[in-house]
Amino acid sequence: MTRFVLAAIAGALFAIGLTVGGMTIPAKVTGFLDVGGAWDPQLAFVMAGAIAVYASLLRLIRRRSAPVLADRFHWPTARAIDPRLVGGAAIFGVGWGLSGYCPGPALASLVGGASSAIVFVVAMIGGIALARAGELARR
Amino acid sequence: MGAMMLVAILRGLAGGALIGLASAMLLLVHGRIAGVSGILGHAVDAGSGRTFRIGFLSGLVVTGAILAAAQPSAFGAGVRSLPVLAIAGVLVGAGTTLGSGCTSGHGVCGISRLSSRSIVAVGTFMVTAALTVAIFGAHA
Repeated sequence: MTRFVLAAIAGALFAIGLTVGGMTIPAKVTGFLDVGGAWDPQLAFVMAGAIAVYASLLRLIRRRSAPVLADRFHWPTARAIDPRLVGGAAIFGVGWGLSGYCPGPALASLVGGASSAIVFVVAMIGGIALARAGELARR
Repeated sequence: MGAMMLVAILRGLAGGALIGLASAMLLLVHGRIAGVSGILGHAVDAGSGRTFRIGFLSGLVVTGAILAAAQPSAFGAGVRSLPVLAIAGVLVGAGTTLGSGCTSGHGVCGISRLSSRSIVAVGTFMVTAALTVAIFGAHA
């Protein structure tokens, strides 16, 4: 229960951060990506603020032998820079540029935001299922 | 620099700091990387990660709903027609699954860890996203 509540508080803080930073406004996101046009730099400051805080706290948290409510840290283990990583990132970028939604802001906008967020999130879950089915088929 | 620009910078930094804090909390308490695409993609997987994933997603979606009710102007309209948004959604879901991350997992957590995979992923999706906007415009 404590683990659930603390994760929910982290999710809540995350949603507040996205909203304050302007990431729940798709036109602001595509404006940030419009580097050759009317460039809106605000999201660069969102990224800078997030990285500054996370990178600093990460260095303190890493000194611990284990997290507070789990037996170990789950660090990513993949090391390969392969076509799957680059191709996947490239595909994600096209979808992000088209819509102005990445997964976090889309989920924060799911209820009560634009109705288009619902269509986007349903399609996104479909895309996840499609990619996972494709990976299973290749094994 | 105008007052509008200063407000935009401060809002950006404050929002980013909260995102960084939330991500650090997930690491400190649960030992997990705050990558929204991965958390969503593995939400119904069996195993020890389910509690933190469902908890994080609940907090994200419910708080978003409360904020949208309190401050509707903070949530913008879609920039494309619904069929195009559906295509974009499939691309984001499939791309983040294949590429193992999105703006949060690679962009915030991975860059902070100086992960070479994340640096390559962020460089790649920033370029294809900017190219997409250059070709199709910032809105329909």
